[in-house]
Formats: sequence, structure tokens, C-alpha cells
Amino acid sequence: MSTPVLEISNLRKSYGDEVVLQNISLSVPVHTATVFIGASGSGKSTLLRCINLLDGIDDGVIKLDGEDITDPTIKSDQVRRKLGMVFQAFNLFPHMTVRQNITLAPIQVHGLSKDEANSRADELLIRFGLKEKADQYPDRLSGGQQQRVAIIRSIALRPRLLLLDEITSALDPVLVNEVLSTVRDLKNDGMTMVLATHEMGFAKQVSDEVCYLEAGQIVERGSAGQMIEEPQDQRTRDFLKRVHEAGRL
Amino acid sequence: MSSTEQGAVSENGDRASAFSNTWEPSALEISRRKVRKKQNQRNTLIAIFSTVVVLGTLIALLVTSPGFKSLTDTFFAWAYGVEVLPKIILGFSTNVLLTVIASTCVAIFGMIIALTRTSRSPALLPFRILATAYVDIFRGIPMLLVILLVGFGIPALRINGLTNNVLILGTVAVIITYSAYVAEVLRSGILTVHPSQRAAARSLGLSHFQTLRFVVLPQALRRVTPPLLNDLVSLIKDTGLVSILGVTDAIRAAQIASSRSFNYTPYVMAAIVFLLITIPLTRFTDRTIRVSIEKQNAQGLA
Ligand SMILES: Nc1ncnc2c1ncn2[C@@H]1O[C@H](COP(=O)(O)OP(=O)(O)OP(=O)(O)O)[C@@H](O)[C@H]1O
Ligand SMILES: [Mg+2]
Repeated sequence: MSTPVLEISNLRKSYGDEVVLQNISLSVPVHTATVFIGASGSGKSTLLRCINLLDGIDDGVIKLDGEDITDPTIKSDQVRRKLGMVFQAFNLFPHMTVRQNITLAPIQVHGLSKDEANSRADELLIRFGLKEKADQYPDRLSGGQQQRVAIIRSIALRPRLLLLDEITSALDPVLVNEVLSTVRDLKNDGMTMVLATHEMGFAKQVSDEVCYLEAGQIVERGSAGQMIEEPQDQRTRDFLKRVHEAGRL
Repeated sequence: MSSTEQGAVSENGDRASAFSNTWEPSALEISRRKVRKKQNQRNTLIAIFSTVVVLGTLIALLVTSPGFKSLTDTFFAWAYGVEVLPKIILGFSTNVLLTVIASTCVAIFGMIIALTRTSRSPALLPFRILATAYVDIFRGIPMLLVILLVGFGIPALRINGLTNNVLILGTVAVIITYSAYVAEVLRSGILTVHPSQRAAARSLGLSHFQTLRFVVLPQALRRVTPPLLNDLVSLIKDTGLVSILGVTDAIRAAQIASSRSFNYTPYVMAAIVFLLITIPLTRFTDRTIRVSIEKQNAQGLA
């Protein structure tokens, strides 16, 4: 078997006295998607931020393509070039057009020429049906369109691993589908992903593995079918019941 | 509240353009427009009438007041004013030159100080402390005092190689003071850019410097443009303070002319020359503020 794209062992993370993540071990093979579900505050965002080196960790190892990225001598900018991240709140740059948002990193970080970067951006915009928006500023776009631009921005760098943090929870239910179908397309293209989501139906469709996180620990994990249809652990069952009652299944 | 209203309007606009290209205003709308037009005309008439009455009364009171003759002779002797105007304009060119040089240097120093203060690099800690002290001190001292200290104090040191040129020393004093003001404005702009913007930039692989240059600073500068323009207007006026060192700027030129004739018209002329620059600039600033507020509201819509 080839090296997994992402391999985490015994990760621990705290903010001050509060332990936010512990005993997190995980292996994400290439072309697969791992989905994290769990209540608000269970540590999903924190985990993604740790993988992206936006936050330091207390203990454990994170390996990207077999390389230990928790090594303090490693250049975090170089690691992040291999990772794409999409946030709950889009975080598009408001002073740049859609195209400029997408081409900033390819030009500045990867040294592509402006023409190359533009044509790559336009390719992606056409593919995801946003071509007419290329010269618009983000504030003229709907939430769903903004989030799709954010996704395009993060994959324009052809990352090894895409991190998606509850990318639909700031959206109207009507707009959720367009964003999720974009993610499904990426999955079908073979993108390796780690996601946090509240959309169980979506989790079922794209995930190869689902992990239920509670109070910073992985309580249960398994295939989407098994986890969502017949969870073993009582805590997982309770959580899914609550989600179900909230009408999100 | 207003954002939802705007949202509704734009939605209706879209719908109208999408579905009914042949829209004609209804009879009701036409009659409403007529009433609105009439109301507008009436409002305009009232505004004109009230302006004429108020200003007319003020002018009449002024002209018929007993002191009016001596007032115009002392402050508004136009013939004399025109005579001294070339000298004042020549002096004003010094103010303009000083403004151009000082604002350029202030932009550079202010930015360096602001970046130092907002940096988190441990190596820069001593510079952060120095920058903070600098800002605290020079924002807290009246600029006139700085001008006197630099303008008269430095020549008193009698150090070889240091200039005694009052124009240069005055400019340095202005730069020292305004760099502290502008650094604070820039710093507040940098701090208002939300940390999530940094996170997004860093997660794209941009370095700390690239994040600053392409993501943080452009947004920060946009936000602080209005207060910076306000500072520019103040700077232009404050260049007049260096006249105390004997620099022949517009104010000093007016002072010389006035002391020769015991007439204050030269001061009025100097004031007018300043206004010719500062009023358009203040108007421009107001417009910039309005535009930036509209932009922010538009962003709230999204
Ligand atoms: N910068 C921080 N400083 C201190 N505590 C933090 C910080 N960020 C997160 N936390 C804490 O860490 C815990 C996990 O937060 P996290 O954002 O990872 O949860 P989450 O699972 O993503 O929740 P949600 O579903 O609401 O996004 C929370 O208790 C939160 O209060
Ligand atoms: Mg979260």
C-alpha cells in the first residue's frame, strides 16, 4: 500500500488549561475523503487548523505524504502550499475580484505567470459555472457563489489535500446543494479531502470514512453507511438522534 | 434595516429587467410621480426663499452696522490685498513644498512605525518598544513645541555638519510629529482587518510578508484613506507654524506686509490662499468618506 496522504498519530491540542483534542489518530489514503461529525465545540475546526499549521499542537505527529510536518524546523509556508483550506466564512479577499482571488497564490506563491494563472482560473470558473463572475468583487456574489469561489481558490494550487471546514453552515439551505455538488465533483476527480460537516446526507455521499468527535476525542469511526445507519456507540447514537430531530438527516 | 430595504429594491430591479422588458408605469404611478414633482418644486422654492431672507438679513445688518467702514478698511482693503498677493503666493509655495516633502516622508516613516508596532516577531521587540514610546511622546507634545525644540535647539548644539537651515529644521519637526499621528492611523487600519483574512492568506501558502502586502495592507489603507486625507489637510495648515522659525512662508509674508502697513488685509489674503487648497481637499475627503461608507454597507448586504 502506498503512503497515506495524511497520517496523524496521538495528536493532542489544548488552549491554556482546556484540552481541545486528544488521542487523535487518523490515516487518509490518497483519493479518499474523511468526514468529521460532532457537536459544536467538539474540536473539528481546531483539528483542521492544526493540520494546516495555523495552530501549534501539544503532542503527537502529523505526516503529510510521509513527511513529518510537526518538525519545528520545517517551513510552514511550504507545507501549506500542498494544502488547500476552505473556511466556514468563505474569507474571500474583498478588495480583489473573483479572478484575482483565485490567481493570487498561483502567481505569488507558485510563480506562475499572470497569463498562465488567469487561464487556469478561467478554466476552473467555466467548469464550475462561474465564468460570468470572474471580474466581480465578492460582495456582489451570493453566499453559495462566494463559497464556490473559495473552493476554486483553494484547488487552483492543485493541493495534495483539501481541508473543508463546515463550508455550508453559513449558507441558505437552497444554496447548500450547489456547493456540495462542487465538492462531489472534486471527489470524483480524485481529490483527497478531510471535511467537517453537519450535513449527514452529504457525508454519506462523499465519505470513505466518518469519524464522530466528542469533547476532542474520536468516539467512533467507520464507513458512512455503518456510522450513520447503525452506530455502535451510545454517544454517537445520541448525537445522530439530535441531528435527526433538527431535520438535517 | 436599510440593508434589507436595499436588498428588496435590487431584487425587484432584477425581476423587472428579467421578466418585463415592456414595462410601462401604471396610471397610479404616473399620478404619484406628478405629485412628487410638485412637492419637489415647492421644496426648492422654500429653500431658495429661506436662503435669500436669512443671508440678506445678515448682510444688511453687517453693512449698516456702525463699524462696517473701519472693518473693511482694516481687513478687506482689496487694492492693498492684490498688491501684496504675489509675495504671499511666493510664501505659500514654501508651504506647498514643505507639504509635499513632509507628506512623502511621513507616509514612509508612519508606515515603518505602524508595521513595527503591529509585528509579532521576537527579534523586533526592542523596535516595538521604541516605536511605542515614539508615538506616545510625539502625539502628546504640541507641535509648536517640537518646532521650537528642533528649530532653535539643534543649531544651539553647534554640531558640525548639522544644518542651521530653518526651513529644513522646520520640515523635520513637522515630519517627526506627523509620523506619530499617521503611524497610529495606519496601525488602527491594520488592526481592523479581520484575522480570518490572514488565516485565509496563510493557508494559501502566502508568506507573512506576502500576506501583509497583498491582503492586509490594501484593505487597511482603503479603510484609513479618509482619516489620512484629514491629516493631510491639517498638515497643510500646520506647515504655517514653521513661520515662527523665520521661514518666509505665506503666513510670515503676510505678517511682514501687515506690520509695514498696520493693515490686516495680508492675513486675510493668506487665509484665502490656504482656503483655495484646503476647501477642495476637504470636499474630496467628505466624498471619499461617503463612498467608503456606501461600500461598507454594500458589504453588509452580502
Ligand atoms: N483560539 C482559541 N482559544 C481558546 N479556545 C479555543 C480557540 N479556538 C477554539 N477554542 C475552543 O476549542 C474548542 C473546540 O473548538 P472548535 O472550533 O474546534 O469546535 P468545532 O467542532 O469546530 O465547533 P463548530 O461546529 O461550532 O464549528 C471549543 O471549546 C472552543 O471554545
Ligand atoms: Mg468549527
